[in-house]
Amino acid sequence: MATTPASRIDVLKTYKLFIGGAFPRSESGRVYAIKDFKGNHLANPSLASRKDLRDAVVAARGAFSGWSSATAYNRGQILYRMAEILEGRSEQLVAEIVALEGVTPRVASIQVQRGVDLLVWYAGWSDKIATLGGSTNSVSGPYYNFSTPEPIGVVAIFAAAKPSLLNLIAAIASVITSGNTAVVIASEKYPLSAITFSEIMATSDLPAGVVNVLTGSSSELAPWAASHMDIDAIDAGGLTPKQLKETQIAGAENLKRIRVSAELESPLRILNYMEIKTVWHPIGI
Amino acid sequence: MNPFEYAPALESTAIVTIADRYKLFINGKFVAPRSGKYFPTLNPATGKQLSEIAEANAADVDLAVKAARAAYVKVWSKLSAAERGKYLFRIARILQERAREFAVLETLDNGKPIRESRDTDIPLVAAHFFYHAGWADKLKYAGVGDQPKPYGVVGQIIPWNFPMLMLAWKVAPALATGNTVVLKPAETTSLTALLFAEVCQQAGLPDGVVNIVTGAGTTGASLVNHPGIDKIAFTGSTDVGKLIATSIAGTKKAATLELGGKAANIIYDDAAIDEAVEGIVNGIFFNQGHVCCAGSRLLVQENIADEVLEKLKVRMSHIRLGDPLDKNTDIGAINSAAQLAKIKELSAAGEAEGAERWSAPCDLPAAGYWFAPTIFTGVSQTHRIAREEIFGPVLSVLTFRTPQEAIEKANNTPYGLSAGIWSEKGSKILWTASKLRAGVIWANTFNKFDPASPFGGYKESGWGREGGRHGLTAYLKAGN
Repeated sequence: MATTPASRIDVLKTYKLFIGGAFPRSESGRVYAIKDFKGNHLANPSLASRKDLRDAVVAARGAFSGWSSATAYNRGQILYRMAEILEGRSEQLVAEIVALEGVTPRVASIQVQRGVDLLVWYAGWSDKIATLGGSTNSVSGPYYNFSTPEPIGVVAIFAAAKPSLLNLIAAIASVITSGNTAVVIASEKYPLSAITFSEIMATSDLPAGVVNVLTGSSSELAPWAASHMDIDAIDAGGLTPKQLKETQIAGAENLKRIRVSAELESPLRILNYMEIKTVWHPIGI
Repeated sequence: MNPFEYAPALESTAIVTIADRYKLFINGKFVAPRSGKYFPTLNPATGKQLSEIAEANAADVDLAVKAARAAYVKVWSKLSAAERGKYLFRIARILQERAREFAVLETLDNGKPIRESRDTDIPLVAAHFFYHAGWADKLKYAGVGDQPKPYGVVGQIIPWNFPMLMLAWKVAPALATGNTVVLKPAETTSLTALLFAEVCQQAGLPDGVVNIVTGAGTTGASLVNHPGIDKIAFTGSTDVGKLIATSIAGTKKAATLELGGKAANIIYDDAAIDEAVEGIVNGIFFNQGHVCCAGSRLLVQENIADEVLEKLKVRMSHIRLGDPLDKNTDIGAINSAAQLAKIKELSAAGEAEGAERWSAPCDLPAAGYWFAPTIFTGVSQTHRIAREEIFGPVLSVLTFRTPQEAIEKANNTPYGLSAGIWSEKGSKILWTASKLRAGVIWANTFNKFDPASPFGGYKESGWGREGGRHGLTAYLKAGN
C-alpha cells in the first residue's frame, strides 16, 4: 500500500480564454505569468492575440441576432441565473481576489456579494430600460411617433482594474442586458475573476458568443479593437488616457461609440450602449 | 400656351434686403474680419452673386470663442432657467413674424423651392425654438439626473442643404440647456444665419450668447480645434465627421455628429402603390435630393417593380423644375457648381457600371446649376450609386423577393440614418422597422421632421440625436 503524502497536492486550474462558449487557449500559444500580491507565481493565463480578438468578434457578431431578439424577460432571467451561479461559486472568486488584489477575505467576500447584487440589479433592467430610455413624441401632425432604445451591436469592453470582479460585472451586465454582445478584454493585472466568471457565464444558459473573454495585454489588443470594423462600441474603462486617445483616433474610422462609464450602477450606463430608433406612422382611416 | 400649363407665380423678393457685404457676428455686434477677406455668395438658380461674406480666420474664431466664454461665465449661466427660456420664446416669435423674409432669403441663397422654404423649413425653425424654449426650465426631467449641467461653449458647424433649419436644430437646444454658441454656417449659404443674428439682436439676447463666424472648411477646423470649445455639434459629410472625431480624440470635447446616409425606401407588394409612388418622389426629390436622410435606394418587391416604375416615371414627368421663387416649382437649383459636378460624376459612374438611366423630360434653365430628376434601374449593390451618397435628385432602384432579402439589402451599407417602409400590413411594418439598422424609420410616409422627434443615425451616420428629449440630452452633462 502506497504511503499517503503529508498534504494533498492541489489540482490547479488552467486559465484559458472564453470564445463562442468554448474555452480555448490562445491560438498564438502565448501565456503570461501573473503573481499574487506577495510576489509568488499564481497562474499563466493566455496572452490573447489579434487573431483571438477577431475570433471573439466573429462569435459576438454571430450571437447578436439571437440575443438582441430574445425577449427582454428571457435576457433578464439569464442575468439573474448568472447571479445565482455566482453566489454558489463565491468561494473560488474570493480566493482569487484575495490572492491578486491583496485584500482580506472579508473585503473580497463583500466584493463578490456586491457583484451578485449588481447582476440582479442589471437583470431587472432588461425589460425596463426601453420604458426609461424611450418615448412617444407629440409631433405636429397626424402621426404616431415613438422612439425606442436598441442595442448597438458588438461592444468591446476593456475592463477596469480593482475592484476587478465588480468592474467586470458592471461592464458586462450593462452591455448585455439590453441585447448587445461583448468581447471583454480582462484587466491585464487582475484577470482571474474574469476567467472564473466566464465559467459562470458558460453555465448560466447564456447563449454561446454573447460574452467572450480575452486575457492579455490591453496595449497590444486596444489598437486592433479600435480599428476593427465589426466592433460598434467600446467601453474604455480600463484604458489609460493615452490608450483612450489612440483608440478614439483609430475608432473614428467606423465612428465607434467609445465610452468611459465610471458608475457601477446606472441606467445611463446601459443607455450608453444603445441607439435610439424613431418610427413614424400616419394616423388615419 | 398649353391650357393646362401653370402661369408663373413668382414670390416677390421685395421683402428681403441683401447688403453688399456681410461681417462676422461676434459679441452681439457685426465686426469686420481680422482676416480682411471676403468671399462671394451666389444665387445658384442664376449663378449671380448676391453678396460677399466675411471669411473668419483663426484669430476671428478665437474672438468669437472668447465672447461666447465670457457670455457663458458672466451672463448666461447666471440667468434663471425660466428667463433663459423666455429669450428662446422671443426668438421663436420673431422668426414667425419674419418668416416670409427668411423663406425668400433662404430660397435666393440656397436654390430650394419657395414652397419648401416657406412651408417646411422656416415653420420648423420657429417650432424648434418654441419647443426648446419650453425645455429650458425643465431640464431635471430630461432623464440625465436632477442636476444636469451644460457643457459651456459649443462650436456648431452646419451644412448648406437646410441652412436655417440646421441652425435651429443646433442653436435652440444649445441655448435652452444653458450653453453659449459659436456657429459656422456653410460657405454657400450664410445669409439666413446672418439674418438670424439680427433676430438675436431684436430679441435682446445678451451679447456673446450666439456668435456667427462665416467661412469654409478652414474656419470650421479652427473652431473644432479651438481649446476653448467644450462641445462640437456638426452636420455634414461622414468624411468630415470622421476628421472631427479624430481631431477631438484625447480631449474633453464632446461631439454630436449628424452625417451622411443612403436610406433604403422599401416598397412591399401589399403597399398602397399610388401613395408609395408619392412617397418615393418625396423621399428622393424633396429639396433636390440634398437631404442626408433621402430615400436614395428604392427597394421594390420584384413582382410589383414594373408597375411601380411605370407609375413613378409618369409622376416624375409632372415634376416642375425651375425658378425656385415660383410657387409652383417642385425642384429648384442644385446648391453649387461643386455639388452639381459631384452629382454628374456619380451619375456617369452609374451608367459606366451598367445601370440604366432615365431622366424626367424637363428643360433646364440656361443659367445656374440644375439637374433633372433621374432614376437608375438595374442597379446592383456593388454599384457606386448604390453605396455612395449622391446628395442630389438621383434614385437607385433595386429589387427584392422576400422581406428578409429587403432587410439584408437595406442594412448593407455603412450608413444607418433613415429608412422607409411601405405596406398596408401593420405587423410587417413593425417587423421591418425592428430589423432596420437606422435611426429614423418612416412607415407609409417619408421625410417628416418635428422638433419633438429625435433624429440621428446608427453606424457611420453619426453620433447622438437632435430633437426631442434625446436630442436635448446631447447638450447636457449628467449630474445629481
